[in-house]
Amino acid sequence: MPTFTVDGKQIEFKQGQTIIEAARFAGIEIPHFCWHPSLSISGNCRICLVEIEKMPKLAISCSTYATEGMVVHTHSQKTVEARNAVMEFILINHPLDCPICDEAGECKLQEYAYDNGKGESRFEEIKNRKEKRVQLGPRIKFDGERCISCSRCIRFSEEIAKKNQLTFVQRGDKVTITTFPGESFDNPYTLNTTDICPVGALTNQDFRFKSRVWEMSKTDSVCVGCSRGCNTEVWVRNNEILRLTPRYNEDVNNYWMCDKGRLETFKNVNAGNRIDGTYIRREGQLQKVSWSEALNVTAKSLKDYKSNEIAFIGSAYATCEDNYSFVKFAKSLGVSNLDYANHILQGDQDDILIREDKAPNSLGAELVGVQPGVSGMNISAILKGIKEGKIKALYVMEEDIVSFSEEWEQVISKLDLLIVHATNENKTTALADIVFPASTFAEKYGTYVNFQGRVQRIRPAVATEEMDRAIDGMEMSRWDKFGTEFDRWKQGHKFDSKPSWKIFMALSQILGFKMKFNMAEEIFSEIASSNSAFKGLDYDVVGNHGTQLKIKQTANA
Amino acid sequence: MSGQKREKDLNIFEKLYIPEIAKGMALTLRNMFRPNVTLQYPEERFEPSASYRGRPVLVQENNGIERCVACGLCSRVCPALAIEVQASETELEKERYPVKFEINMLRCIFCGFCEEVCPEEAIVMSKDYELVFKNRNDAIFGKEKLLVPVEKLKDRLEFLRKFK
Repeated sequence: MPTFTVDGKQIEFKQGQTIIEAARFAGIEIPHFCWHPSLSISGNCRICLVEIEKMPKLAISCSTYATEGMVVHTHSQKTVEARNAVMEFILINHPLDCPICDEAGECKLQEYAYDNGKGESRFEEIKNRKEKRVQLGPRIKFDGERCISCSRCIRFSEEIAKKNQLTFVQRGDKVTITTFPGESFDNPYTLNTTDICPVGALTNQDFRFKSRVWEMSKTDSVCVGCSRGCNTEVWVRNNEILRLTPRYNEDVNNYWMCDKGRLETFKNVNAGNRIDGTYIRREGQLQKVSWSEALNVTAKSLKDYKSNEIAFIGSAYATCEDNYSFVKFAKSLGVSNLDYANHILQGDQDDILIREDKAPNSLGAELVGVQPGVSGMNISAILKGIKEGKIKALYVMEEDIVSFSEEWEQVISKLDLLIVHATNENKTTALADIVFPASTFAEKYGTYVNFQGRVQRIRPAVATEEMDRAIDGMEMSRWDKFGTEFDRWKQGHKFDSKPSWKIFMALSQILGFKMKFNMAEEIFSEIASSNSAFKGLDYDVVGNHGTQLKIKQTANA
Repeated sequence: MSGQKREKDLNIFEKLYIPEIAKGMALTLRNMFRPNVTLQYPEERFEPSASYRGRPVLVQENNGIERCVACGLCSRVCPALAIEVQASETELEKERYPVKFEINMLRCIFCGFCEEVCPEEAIVMSKDYELVFKNRNDAIFGKEKLLVPVEKLKDRLEFLRKFK
């Protein structure tokens, strides 16, 4: 491989790499605003100027190709002076409104001003006034004064979202960003521009002013909006999710995620209709009972039925661990009527990220064995079985079957017993005899398998009643670390819910089945040792970015 | 002690101590005719100077709106984690305002960092030193207790402009 020198360090590079790319790969960060590894090169911010020996002038490292033997200085006096000068230019018209700006704390301009700025301004004239609080699209607000015209958002909508919606208008210091006439910035990926905006010019309407970034903890997780499984970070303050942001994963979602996944997948976690505690139907009403009572009643009533009168419905929304313990529990009962439902929304798919399959773990559910056993019924047969009175008891895990179709809705009343694990109230819980509160994706450890056959981990970001942030190894913000029960900012509600596998564990104990797991990790090890697709894997191997499973890819898995 | 020698032995007058007693009595006598410094609290109250750091309060402008923009810096800098701020959007030019601003006076240590870090001069240390609560909840001061009209804080604001 050819090499060149950056700050006295010999660096290898691939032919066609720019200086900034090669340096970044070697761990040397050159300041940049307009350059983004996934976007085309624009070269307009000039902050990445570096000194290259034998070149008469400084060159921008984002669009200068690295060549053999090149000697680059990123911290020489000339470079630093140029950088300071560029900062001074950019800051001329940038308002000093960090206190009211949502980007503060994760703002590139703020960081570089701290690193490279002079700390005071020589500019005595009046700053440019531009439009503030412009509603660029349904989910985005734009502040013209804060914009430093890096054009990242324009390039993003053109190149990644493939929608030509944004453009520069005017010239010089009056330049600003707007949508084309009659257009609204409303493509399904708009909110990614708030992440890549190096300043606070583009802000997320949903998160606007909700919290300062340093007050939240962030936990690596996976989006549950569709079978893509975009890697995300879950931002939590006071046990409440405030926003999701995408996390870089080259093999899955790159730097991006869709707006729907970002805004709609976490709202149910702290919603008012969460199932909080166990419920049993008595005299036609669901009544809150203790865990031990609910578990005992469930175990007893399951024993009242023959194994061919019971059906189990797993879920493509539940983790592999939940589904695995679900299958194991069903098999211990001798039940072979076992299936899960697909959630395919025909046509709602693009070639960027969004997938037709709206459940995060369809492939995982299938792989760990949520499918009919020998001579067992599949989901349509179960429906028929209930109709004909063959199936008398139904055990549903994290699935709203009643909402599937009117047929299901009519048929469900024929059941003698309906047991449901659910996160939120829905049509199924309204008809259930026993309801167990299931933890959401943000409250448990586990894994999902996305449509590519890539197994990815989720981690708890929100604590339930049985969890303690420190003991359970969750991410902690400063507030979490030092708060006491008397601090109002630490009294966020903890729901009384459990991951489904823990509920199965408790039931097996009562029923005397041989199944004992203490952690989600143990279930995954057992899956790994018993299932060839998961062979050799554990949570550490899967890691932060997931691992490709060894399975044959079907054309449209 | 055996090896050490006194620097200087006391002479006869010093050994008598009488001049020293006379000096002390003179001081006592002099102070008897000085004005009294003891305040008969609570009938008489101590009026602190502008540099005094009493309980932190929020500055309320004449139009009834707080100066605070809910940037959260006071909350971040507070070494005792006494301050909680929740921002929200307003139609006013400042865009942002605190929909909730709470100081837990049981946590507050009166260090004045919040005042020092505030970019808007919106939180200042007042002269108020009388803080009594009957329970933990009463000790958490919300906006209604924290907002003080700007006229009442002129002293402190002037002091800050001079010395901060």
